[in-house]
Amino acid sequence: MVEAQGFRRFVAHFILWIGIAIVAFPVYLAFVASTQDAASIANGQMSLLPGSHLIENYTKTIFVGSSGSTREPVGVMLFNSLVMALAIAIGKIAISILSAYSIVYFRFPFRMAIFWMIFITLMLPVEVRIYPTYKIAADFGMLDSYAGLTLPLIASATATLLFRQFFMTVPDELLEASRLDGAGPLRFFWDTLLPLSRTNMAALFVILFIYGWNQYLWPLLITTRDDMQTVVIGIRKMITTTDALTEWPIVMCTAVLAMLPPVAVVILMQRLFVRGLVETEK
Amino acid sequence: MQKQSTFRSPVLPFLLLTPQVAVVLLFFYWPAAQAVWQSFLLQDAFGLSTTFIWFENYAELLTQPEYYEAVLRTFIFSAAIAGSSLSFALLLAVMADKPLRGSGLYRTLLIWPYAVAPAVAGVLWIFMLHPSLGVLARGLRGMGIDWNPQLNGDHAVTLIVLAAAWKQISYNFLFFLAGLQAIPKSVLEAAAIDGAKPMRRFWTVTFPLLTPTIFFLIVVNIVYAFFDTFGIIDAMTGGGPAKATETLVYKVYLDGLLGGNLGSSAAQSVMLMVIVVALTAIQFRYVERKVTY
Repeated sequence: MVEAQGFRRFVAHFILWIGIAIVAFPVYLAFVASTQDAASIANGQMSLLPGSHLIENYTKTIFVGSSGSTREPVGVMLFNSLVMALAIAIGKIAISILSAYSIVYFRFPFRMAIFWMIFITLMLPVEVRIYPTYKIAADFGMLDSYAGLTLPLIASATATLLFRQFFMTVPDELLEASRLDGAGPLRFFWDTLLPLSRTNMAALFVILFIYGWNQYLWPLLITTRDDMQTVVIGIRKMITTTDALTEWPIVMCTAVLAMLPPVAVVILMQRLFVRGLVETEK
Repeated sequence: MQKQSTFRSPVLPFLLLTPQVAVVLLFFYWPAAQAVWQSFLLQDAFGLSTTFIWFENYAELLTQPEYYEAVLRTFIFSAAIAGSSLSFALLLAVMADKPLRGSGLYRTLLIWPYAVAPAVAGVLWIFMLHPSLGVLARGLRGMGIDWNPQLNGDHAVTLIVLAAAWKQISYNFLFFLAGLQAIPKSVLEAAAIDGAKPMRRFWTVTFPLLTPTIFFLIVVNIVYAFFDTFGIIDAMTGGGPAKATETLVYKVYLDGLLGGNLGSSAAQSVMLMVIVVALTAIQFRYVERKVTY
């Protein structure tokens, strides 16, 4: 750009580092707390440097859990979260790519009506129809099951729209060429369209994985058994109203473990993440 | 809207659509319709009998001062969260947009909180500002502030706004940065040649060109403050103390769950739907403008 010299540049670096410090401090503190013993946190004089209980605390968290409240090892919760996040991400991508393909590449009656029917679901988050959805899931016997955790959250139009937009940019010549080669609709989808959509699918996967992992209200309602809890719900239940019973080192270990997978996904797949985020908002 | 050359098949397109349509009908339209239907019903305390009462649930809702308080509260939350998070993110994005060494690293270090679950963000901030053992609360007490979010409603609101704004910084930062990078450098150079100082260049050139991004982010942040704060509120305060942090979404949850007042809860849901649809409509108008721009 124009003149970004000495002093101005220093100010920019300085402000950015302050921003990074503000953003990182709560997480750093959680990590520090997760390496201390309960007593040194409880007396309110916690050190700001990591303590010596790292391995002990994390082993207890993953394999035993918090003794007071949830009575379930966090390892189990992490597994549930992983299953839910993967099922939501893969499920959404799978059903939306099929429906987008149908809407873009076929001519059939009620095509536009169906498109609008899917499109409108964009507008309403699950929160506003939470109890009726809960009742339906209960009627189908989906409480405390992975199907109940994931299926209602798969109903969304974002991914369908994204794939529709992408298919529209695929040149028509590809379809004609594969038709000349004698390929039917399914062959064309599998051999041509799917490989072309790989980047879009990956970008979407990153966003949906984070979305699924971080779900709160729905898992809170649909799971009643401790062993079906996700980690985001589990951590909430570990904080008891009577402060004396909250095992803060275990809570903070759980917080770190709950953040680790989605944060790792963002950092390791940053390019796909940014792409997915910008595209799903278009 | 559609391809010039398409396939023709009587059954296949419907087969391809079946999974999506089934899920949408079952878990979207059916429950949404039920919410509307329930909002016209009165159920007795044991769920044994229901009466159709037209708009009485809505009428009752609109006569309750608590409902207006929740509406007002939700808008205050939205304004505080969107305002603080957007301005801080804009400052950081303007700095990161400069040609600096390590700008890629800065971006990485600023965007990862997007991945932190709202409820987990809530837990982190509870711990930091816990009245008896929080590190920051210690500092506040040192400054002579009697910090206690468990008893003081204003403190509880501050706590939630801080946690919610903190989590949203990375999202806003990312979109501001993209918006800034889309501004042609030649325009800024022209302004510089005309003798405009950096501050003036920002307010007269950059900021006006950034308004579409700002507008888009305001809508996204309001929707975020309405819905995604649920996890933060539930983890941090549970709506208390004395309803100080009970937003509209949280009230739907509490009235339906604890009060067992499904009719009123459903009426509130429908009102929320109307608000969201209005917000989304505003957003789509903006998107159209961006396309023609």
